[in-house]
Amino acid sequence: MSKAIVATASLAGCFGCHMSILDIDEKILQLIELVEFNKSPIDDIKEFTKKCDVGLIEGGCCNSENIENLINFRKNCKILISVGECAIMGGLPALRNSIPVKECLEEAYLGGPTTGVCNSEKIIPNDEELPMILDKVYPCHEIVKIDYFLPGCPPRAELIWEALVALLTGKELKLPYEVVKFD
Amino acid sequence: MSNNKIKFKIDGKECIADEGLDLWKAAMLNGVFIPYLCHMKDVIPSGSCRICTVKVNGRPMAACTTPLTKEMNDAVVENETPQLEEMRKMIVELLFVEGNHFCPSCEKSGNCELQAMAYRYQMMVPQFSYNFPLRKVDATSPKIYLDRNRCIQCKKCIRSIKDEQGRSYFAFYKRGHKLEIHIDHELAANMTDKLALAAMEGCPVGAILKKEKGFEIPIGKRKFDKEPIGTEFLQEIK
Ligand code: SF4
Ligand code: SF4
Ligand code: FES
Repeated sequence: MSKAIVATASLAGCFGCHMSILDIDEKILQLIELVEFNKSPIDDIKEFTKKCDVGLIEGGCCNSENIENLINFRKNCKILISVGECAIMGGLPALRNSIPVKECLEEAYLGGPTTGVCNSEKIIPNDEELPMILDKVYPCHEIVKIDYFLPGCPPRAELIWEALVALLTGKELKLPYEVVKFD
Repeated sequence: MSNNKIKFKIDGKECIADEGLDLWKAAMLNGVFIPYLCHMKDVIPSGSCRICTVKVNGRPMAACTTPLTKEMNDAVVENETPQLEEMRKMIVELLFVEGNHFCPSCEKSGNCELQAMAYRYQMMVPQFSYNFPLRKVDATSPKIYLDRNRCIQCKKCIRSIKDEQGRSYFAFYKRGHKLEIHIDHELAANMTDKLALAAMEGCPVGAILKKEKGFEIPIGKRKFDKEPIGTEFLQEIK
């Protein structure tokens, strides 16, 4: 059987979900029998070099770069999976969703307790190179179609593993009660 | 309460209970768990969440507000049917998108009944889009926080947390989806630790939290980490 090709991305996430992928311990040896990684921080491939079977997305969309990246993943992956609370519902970055962006930026760069010293010129970063901050942090499935969801903060390694194996081998996915958790 | 017994069936199981009891409790006494969120022992039911909806002779009814009457003799009650479970799951999903539920940062996580319901139904993602409403936190009380982002407007706090004279520490303002819980700050100024704890524990979600206390129980040891909601009720009965 040819290996399935997997790509991964961390959008507005903390890399915790990627750590959880690595948390499958020695099963990582079985994983590399099963899959080949393409664009991913795990192997540091920066651009897609071929079409992928599965894309694992960590993090929601908080800026324009996240959106471009996510759309690129959708174009290049047959199946897209939202991995973790941030991809699923914005997660902790989405705590800002009920506060206007302007207020958030002002608090972070102008009004915050440490800004007096570090940002004496009172600049809100505005370089053209910087991605635009979105009005809200969006769950991935509100931007592109997402095929599957794996909740958790991060999702248990067992959940990611079982789901991947089920998906790639066609094995039935049985989820014990302890495995589906939101924290 | 009369001692007349009412006989009925839930999903084919023969049940018998005292006339006048609510159907939710009657089911429980017969070893049948009906999912719930706004109901609690020894408090007048409010029937606000509708998670406990069952079908009585084909008709949807909230189990917690349905008393066993003579007419219910030989009633056929449906509880765990795919249709009812699907509807309950949908209510849970609606509650998640209607408020702001950031479980990873919530002190109630692991002990939360709403979350436990989502676990029961293995909710991977709500099928509705998130509202991200703007809701205010009230942290001005000496003993408790009120975080309305997580409130499901079940009014358990209003119904159960009272002083010796029967005055509620909580009240509501506006109705329907605009309903907001408020603290009676005059009363709450002298709230005891015991009552603050009861308020926190009675709230099915993490909307009422006791101050100077949090994340006490490690992950893995919390109420719903290993066992689904309903397990302990049924164990109590046995
Ligand atoms: S109240 Fe319950 S569902 Fe809401 S954030 Fe807290 S743990 Fe999650
Ligand atoms: S604060 Fe808690 S107990 Fe009170 S209405 Fe909201 S969810 Fe219910
Ligand atoms: S438990 Fe019966 S309506 Fe909420």
